[in-house]
Amino acid sequence: MDAADIKNLKATELRLGLPGTHLEENNVISEEKSSSSLTPVLNNNKRPLQLPADEETSPANKDSGSKCSNKNSDDDAAPPPSKAKIVGWPPIRSYRKNSLQEQSEAAGGIYVKVSMDGAPYLRKIDLKVYGGYPQLLKALENMFKLTIGEYSEKEGYKGSDYAPTYEDKDGDWMLVGDVPWDMFVTSCKRLRIMKGSEARGLGCAV
Amino acid sequence: MKKTAYSFPEEVLEHVFSFIVSDKDRSSISLVCKSWYEIERWCRRKVFVGNCYAVSPPILIKRFPELRSVTLKGKPHFADFNLVPEGWGGFACPWIRAMAGAYPWLEEIRLKRMVVSDESLEIIAKSFKNFKVLVLSSCEGFTTEGLAAIAANCRNLRELDLRESEVEDLSGRWLSDFPDSYTSLESLNISCLGNEVNLLALERLVSRCPNLKTLRLNRAVPLDRLPNLLRGAPQLAELGTGAYTSEMRPDVFSNLAEAFAGCKQLKALSGFWDVLPSYLPAVYPVCSQLTSLNLSYATVQSPDLIKLVSLCEKLQKLWVLDYIEDDGLEILAASCKDLRELRVFPSDPFGLEPNVALTEQGLVSVSEGCPKLQSVLYFCRQMSNAALNTIARNRPNMTRFRLCIIEPRSPDYLTLQPLDDGFGAIVEHCKDLRRLSLSGLLTDRVFEYIGTYGKKLEMLSVAFAGDSDLGLHHVLSGCDNLRKLEIRDCPFGDKALLANAAKLETMRSLWMSSCSVSFGACKVLGQKMPRLNVEVMDESGPPDSRPESSPVEKLYVYRTVAGPRLDMPGFVWTMDDDSALRIS
Repeated sequence: MDAADIKNLKATELRLGLPGTHLEENNVISEEKSSSSLTPVLNNNKRPLQLPADEETSPANKDSGSKCSNKNSDDDAAPPPSKAKIVGWPPIRSYRKNSLQEQSEAAGGIYVKVSMDGAPYLRKIDLKVYGGYPQLLKALENMFKLTIGEYSEKEGYKGSDYAPTYEDKDGDWMLVGDVPWDMFVTSCKRLRIMKGSEARGLGCAV
Repeated sequence: MKKTAYSFPEEVLEHVFSFIVSDKDRSSISLVCKSWYEIERWCRRKVFVGNCYAVSPPILIKRFPELRSVTLKGKPHFADFNLVPEGWGGFACPWIRAMAGAYPWLEEIRLKRMVVSDESLEIIAKSFKNFKVLVLSSCEGFTTEGLAAIAANCRNLRELDLRESEVEDLSGRWLSDFPDSYTSLESLNISCLGNEVNLLALERLVSRCPNLKTLRLNRAVPLDRLPNLLRGAPQLAELGTGAYTSEMRPDVFSNLAEAFAGCKQLKALSGFWDVLPSYLPAVYPVCSQLTSLNLSYATVQSPDLIKLVSLCEKLQKLWVLDYIEDDGLEILAASCKDLRELRVFPSDPFGLEPNVALTEQGLVSVSEGCPKLQSVLYFCRQMSNAALNTIARNRPNMTRFRLCIIEPRSPDYLTLQPLDDGFGAIVEHCKDLRRLSLSGLLTDRVFEYIGTYGKKLEMLSVAFAGDSDLGLHHVLSGCDNLRKLEIRDCPFGDKALLANAAKLETMRSLWMSSCSVSFGACKVLGQKMPRLNVEVMDESGPPDSRPESSPVEKLYVYRTVAGPRLDMPGFVWTMDDDSALRIS
């Protein structure tokens, strides 16, 4: 694909992140894969939604806007739209499906979504797995391949381009680390790793 | 009289034949001449019946009067994905009853995808004095009461393997029915059982059986009981853990680690439900000796998962969830140079968005780094022709390639083209490919490649692919060694089917569901080919209540010497000569 094609694709690219945020072009994942000969910066291309009954429509013509996930990403309370399930597809044995489901229910975990500015995928983590802030931050650093740095009450996450934030029960965006761990675990609805000037702004006392 | 090789005494020939073990070779021997046929059938000890309806108990018993080991398979493979309605068939009872009478010295019964009742298990328990091996793979219809009968009566039982069966678990007591004097257990697989077994009985059983090599526990066996079990069987070669979680306590951990370290022969690990990551290091002592690792239930995320896998340098077989991601597979490729088989299962198969960073790249890495990789099952959400091409060129020694791109009809995500060329490269370069499962956007062209190059292909699975009958025709006319063909949701119809009717007699079976095969064509096929059973499945009512041109819901065609089966449920109609006439 040449540069012009890639440029045209950008216009239709789907991004993950809050509406209104300016998202980086070269996300973390594609930087990592720059040595791979196969993929230009196209990891974040979403395929248009394919409905099994729809045999006539060619994939290239499908409106890629039909699958925009940004808009309803803050709606944790409502279950995500599930697609019409095709019998026996994907081809997985029922005991496997049941086992995965049971494990996620039995775990009683507190799963929250984690987004990072510029990353094409959201991740999900179970807050119950971590003993405290240090373990959580280490896990986030591992997951997104970045350094968050140390928390300080006065200056937030100094010396780092990233600031971990979370949305609490009231819908406010807070800096991770301000409240006791247990309080954090029960009030955190989702996490967002902010980057750049926005992040630095959060760290400073107003 | 001229002396020829045929004038060897029978005993000598029998002795020679005893060294011929493979079914195929045995079959060849029996075709040489009438006397060889006779000698061979009397000394055949082991038989494999790939489709229980291809033959009948009386026919089997008449030809092979002295069997010690029988393997039977029942339902079609797509039954695994709920495409075969309940009650379809595959009943083990008539076989077991017949064998109880004919083979008092039967030692081994292996059943796959069959319906087995407690009554059948009781018959087995009481009829075969030297019974040694019972393997029920993906079976259903029995309860723990049936298992109790086996435990109580089979004094010489060596192997009890219930892998992936659906057992009605009434009580864990059955395990206590193994008498105290019973010590010959070598292999026990109860991983599919839902409830807790009597743990004390299990511990005692394990410690008094010195030849126990395989122990696969069920999820209900708690982690803190595992060390005791391991200490009772330090000679174990294969272990399936129960739930791999417990309140994190240092003493439990060190107990566990010590117990694992004591198992110097351990080669295979599985189980790992509900993994608490901090307990994983307990298995590190055995990692370097493992050849097989099944983490397909372990919902462990990346760093812990990768660490574990990278320590297993001798690994030949890895089953894992897609939490391993492309990064993990890259590390796998660098660490496990002896890898032969990789299966990557989806952690969130119905999610609309990818929840993990697993793409085609992971598979490409493994194909590059693992020279012995032969068998692949890979679930992912994107694929490209380029990647498939690379994989094919990297691994011409591939023998089993099953790719499932989760969204049906997904094109090459880079070019938006069909994936015909990619799969074409697979069949072209992998000349020994025996099994192939397709997915993604595919036209008739991919089937042309398959028909042209897939000369060794024995099993092909197709879903949501192709444009016309030409696709089906390419496969049926080109794949010389095709034995099993299963197709769903493809626009394949009457023409290709009827034009290749004779081919179907050279295959074990053909499954077609949600395709475009008409009822009329099924009738014609049934009439034309008396040695095929042509079965139409339709849960909405008799097919003749609709026009002949209406497509049938499901079609299952298989060769048989036993004629149409007599145990069909209400939603299955056979298209043999008589009934086809009756229906019309």
